[in-house]
Amino acid sequence: MASTGAGYDLSPTTFSPDGRIFQVEYATKAVENSGTVVGIRCADGVVLGVEKVMLSKMLLPSSNRRVAAVAPHAGVAQAGSTADGRQVVARARDECDSYDDTYGIEIPPSVLAQRLAEYVHYFTIHGALRPFGASTMIAAYDARKKTHELYVLEPTGVCLRYFGAALGKGRQSAKSEIEKLDLTKLTCREALKEIAKMIHTTHDDAKDKPFILEFAWLCEETEWKYGLVPQDLIDEADAWAKKELESDDEDDDGDEEMAS
Amino acid sequence: MLLYPGATAAEAPARQHTSRPIVTGTSVLGIKYKDGVMLAADTLASYGSLAMFKDVTRIARTGSYTLVGASGELSDYHALLDKLKGLAQANANCDDGFEHGPAEIYSYLRAVLYQRRNKFDPLWNSLVVGGFKDGAPFLGSVDLRGTAYEDDVIATGYGSHLALPIMRAKWTPDLDEGEARALLEDCLRVLFYRDCRALDTVVLSKATATGTLVSDPYKLETDWTSASFVAPKAGGDGDGGW
Repeated sequence: MASTGAGYDLSPTTFSPDGRIFQVEYATKAVENSGTVVGIRCADGVVLGVEKVMLSKMLLPSSNRRVAAVAPHAGVAQAGSTADGRQVVARARDECDSYDDTYGIEIPPSVLAQRLAEYVHYFTIHGALRPFGASTMIAAYDARKKTHELYVLEPTGVCLRYFGAALGKGRQSAKSEIEKLDLTKLTCREALKEIAKMIHTTHDDAKDKPFILEFAWLCEETEWKYGLVPQDLIDEADAWAKKELESDDEDDDGDEEMAS
Repeated sequence: MLLYPGATAAEAPARQHTSRPIVTGTSVLGIKYKDGVMLAADTLASYGSLAMFKDVTRIARTGSYTLVGASGELSDYHALLDKLKGLAQANANCDDGFEHGPAEIYSYLRAVLYQRRNKFDPLWNSLVVGGFKDGAPFLGSVDLRGTAYEDDVIATGYGSHLALPIMRAKWTPDLDEGEARALLEDCLRVLFYRDCRALDTVVLSKATATGTLVSDPYKLETDWTSASFVAPKAGGDGDGGW
């Protein structure tokens, strides 16, 4: 314990001398190593796209879903530990149900996000608990304000509203790709393709395990109901992304020839 | 239920059960026909004999295949619809496309109503469950004791006295949509003439291979020129029953 910080990572109730809470940082690390998750709030809806890493060829493609429905008007996508993530999903469903039972209307997106944030934050302030090793993207529709919203909830309990967000391994490059898009005009169908491309770009076929593209959305087309994107649309986006990347590669090759 | 922590059982108020309905709906009618199932009910919510709300739809869709209509206590009916909504969301959360069919919803409601009657605190309804799934129509009824049965024609409340005989006389399995609708409207009209808790504003609904549909409320044509209405034979010389 000679150096600053050593020995202060045994509990989320202990600050290190320079004011950090290591357990929470470690939880964040668990998310950073996860498959990439991208969420975009488009002009006509919200799209959540996940690079679902398949641990075994023997798994059914639909197993270990990383996107989940929590209410007719709300769904989530998760990066990090699947098991921890499920805990948040279960809580989200409870919150949606109980809000509806109490007030007779669907829970507004901001309220759902705040309540989940409180739940996740609680796990960072008790010695008997461990923070969640999962980050959650929340896509929901507010029927009263007629707005669709995207939130990102981190293991710290911080929850912010975004136009575009990325989690996991490929988040850096995905974020810079999202910044290039005009999110005031982009449609959900276009976003599917862009997200597929981002995920393919960051995925290293040689090093990384095979993955499945998982997409969920909530848009005008679905009458603002959360749902899985139909498989034919995913296949189309997937094929488009692969083609785009191939042609990018060809361009790169061309450049090299020019240079040499 | 104790009044406050530490109260003794003797201080506790007697436990209250529903012993009578408060705001009620009258008959629900249902028939199978060529394309599926049709349900009908009027839109009156009565507070005793007072016609309190005249625009209450008593037939609801639950899931993609099922219609649930109710007579009796409307708050109990709404509580049941909330339960069904929760059931539907639990299915939707699985994201595998599965939904309960009408036969399952019917069994579920039967179980819930029977459980409540065993607590001597019944949900005060007669329910009609209609639906269409996997090419087969379904029509069943559940009452506040959990008694449940399926049939080709079903009527609850006053309808079981006034409408059921008409429905049984006129029903055939190959009624087309227009004929089914005409039959139900005839029955609703008779109910409006003779049931003091009925209304001429009604809702019609159907469950077919293409899904379920509940109409907006609309008004029935009525004809009061019948001789028995113009010059009633009975009670004309009395004080009207009072």
